Amino acid sequence: MTTATTELLKTADGRPLREALAAAQARSKRKAFWLVFPLLIFVLLTFLIPIGYMLKRSVEHDGFSKSSPTLTAWFQANSDFDHMNPPEAAFAALVTDLAQMQATKNTGMAGTRINYTVPGTISLFKKGAREAGDMQPPFKAALLTLDHAWGAPELWYAMEAAASKWTTDFYQVATDRKLTETGWQRGDDKQRIYLYLFFKTFLVSGIITVICMLLAFPVAHLLAVLPMSKSSLLMILVLLPFWTSLLVRTTAWIALLQEQGIVNDALVWMGVLSDEGRLSMMYNMTGTIIAMTHVLLPFMILPLYSVMRVIPPSYARAARSLGATSWTTFRRIYLPQTLPGIAAGSLLVFILAVGYYITPALVGGAEGQLISNLISFHMSKSNWSLAAALAAMLLAAILVLYWIYDRLVGIDRLKLG
Amino acid sequence: MKKILILSTALTGFAVAANADITVMSWGGAYGEAQTEAFVKPFIAATGKATIMVDSDNPAPAIKAMVEAGNVTVDVASVEYADGIRLCDEGMLEPINVASLPAAPDGTPAADDFLAGAVTECAVSTDIWANVYGFDTTKFTGAAPATAADFFDLAKFPGKRGLHKSAKAVLEFALIGDGVPVGEVYAVLSTPEGVDRAFAKLDSIKADVVWWEAGSQAPQLLADGEVVMTTAYNGRLFAAAMNEGKPFQIVWDGQVYENEMFVVPKGAPNMADAMEFIAFATSTEGLRASAQQISYGPARKSSMAEEIIYKDGKTVMAPHLPTAPENLTNALLSSADFWVDHDAELNERFQAWLAQ
Repeated sequence: MTTATTELLKTADGRPLREALAAAQARSKRKAFWLVFPLLIFVLLTFLIPIGYMLKRSVEHDGFSKSSPTLTAWFQANSDFDHMNPPEAAFAALVTDLAQMQATKNTGMAGTRINYTVPGTISLFKKGAREAGDMQPPFKAALLTLDHAWGAPELWYAMEAAASKWTTDFYQVATDRKLTETGWQRGDDKQRIYLYLFFKTFLVSGIITVICMLLAFPVAHLLAVLPMSKSSLLMILVLLPFWTSLLVRTTAWIALLQEQGIVNDALVWMGVLSDEGRLSMMYNMTGTIIAMTHVLLPFMILPLYSVMRVIPPSYARAARSLGATSWTTFRRIYLPQTLPGIAAGSLLVFILAVGYYITPALVGGAEGQLISNLISFHMSKSNWSLAAALAAMLLAAILVLYWIYDRLVGIDRLKLG
Repeated sequence: MKKILILSTALTGFAVAANADITVMSWGGAYGEAQTEAFVKPFIAATGKATIMVDSDNPAPAIKAMVEAGNVTVDVASVEYADGIRLCDEGMLEPINVASLPAAPDGTPAADDFLAGAVTECAVSTDIWANVYGFDTTKFTGAAPATAADFFDLAKFPGKRGLHKSAKAVLEFALIGDGVPVGEVYAVLSTPEGVDRAFAKLDSIKADVVWWEAGSQAPQLLADGEVVMTTAYNGRLFAAAMNEGKPFQIVWDGQVYENEMFVVPKGAPNMADAMEFIAFATSTEGLRASAQQISYGPARKSSMAEEIIYKDGKTVMAPHLPTAPENLTNALLSSADFWVDHDAELNERFQAWLAQ
């Protein structure tokens, strides 16, 4: 290494070499930056900001807090009140806010916010707000006479939580917890669904990834080793379904696999099955897995093919000439070289499968519901915050899996082509 | 974020809304076509105002997104009854004054001419549609199913059932099938025991149910022979029977019907024109014209005063409408108040039950 006394290297015009190099590099870095700048803006606008917005949605909802200033102030001053039996002052604050909500037409928004955690409150709020203007003290008795549900402790827990626009309520719901008389508790077994669906979504995606890998490997190998004329025909067969609309392919599977479908008809006609013993291959998990595997297969074949194409056949020949059996050659020479392709294909297929919802919705029947179907349900029912919380959990789970994958396989080994 | 939403909705909205005075958003398919024929084309002919129809899978979330982003490109949208109430409560819709709607030809004011509940604070009914069940007449040689209870009777009528994969209307139908009088269905369903009872009834046929998701799947399941009977939107079964000659018959016993509503999103670009369009479409003649296109009933008494003939020129529509008196003998008006409160809760329970 250089020491302080060593003379610095200089360029022809007398500038120190290090400086000149740095300047040149900075120039080319700036150029590179401006080249990717449009992409950066695109990704920022269409990807990062919406995701950030979604994450914010999952912890923010001002539907109740913005129209309940009196009650919010009371909650702040009396954080240790008895939820089982709130005092008259709390009810007085509530009636003031309800009357105000009626005047500013915010009842629906406020009721909707509370209804997310305590079902049945939208109509309660509407009824309460209509009457609030004419109520006389004592307000507690007046409200409870109107509807005894106003005294429910879970309602007071919910209002206390909703008095701040920042909340973890949606994550509580998304993890199958329920607001009860004593606060958040593990939900009733009849109602628990989200965690189970997360688990099922990942399980189904894993199964589909493995099946895709087993099916794609020989196809990709054939593609890579066949002579050009034959392999391009095979390639077209792989790509044709890839270019066909997802809905068309899904409905085609329904026509093929349903009980009165082509496959069952053929089997009955051939005498393999009796007419009563037709196979149930559609509207259940079998149908979901078959249809999704078919839809996602090209995403496994293509990365595998691109890796296999450049593996020199001479390696395998060398192994054989040194005495390896064909199994050993495959296991120790060929397979390790295809790993980057397997890794890339699996990651693609798995992540795509986790987010699928049209195919499971159409062919899945009772069992085929995955977590994305519920996210879409809550989007359409205006509970965007719960949809956002579920989506954020899905995103987090995928990031964790990606991290594990990176530790196990190494993301730098990934090869897409 | 608001700016981006504005930008993106503006860009997509620009292409369709550039030259139109009024943009109407509806559900597409046979239903959107019927509304184009019954409302949009006559409106253009009558007023000369350019009006276009755009399709959506479900207009309600679409207009909610537009109003939240502060850039509304739609003037009139067709939404489900409960969404019309929910969005109104959330301040996403313009109020509609019932007095501004045209009176019936005999002078009856609109408020009295419309059926009860057909005009709400922010929405006006365009038609009444029903969740019914239908069967393939060729599959039953002896007795044919005739009541809601028959749908759940596997011993009497063996074979697979098609059911909508949704808590709404299915739970009510299960209770009616279990013998609950229609007047008490929502009272029963408001109690935990009532919900358990509905699920117990569904349990009795669970192994033989094929669940459908999209409206078009139901008649398809029936046509393919996958199921011997299925719940469906009545217009879908009617269209399959009329236009494709399928041997389907509708059972009206235990039907769950509701209004479909026109609404004006808050901040619609052509507010006055939108209101004019709604007044035109929901007039006595407008609602009649709609019922001539598709078998969903008009919500005005005066629209049914004269016989309504289907667009084929010969079929009398009255017996095919959910609002026909003989179809209403054991019918339930879907309760928006109930579902606004319990939608999320009961659907979670429903999904959990499906997965068990």
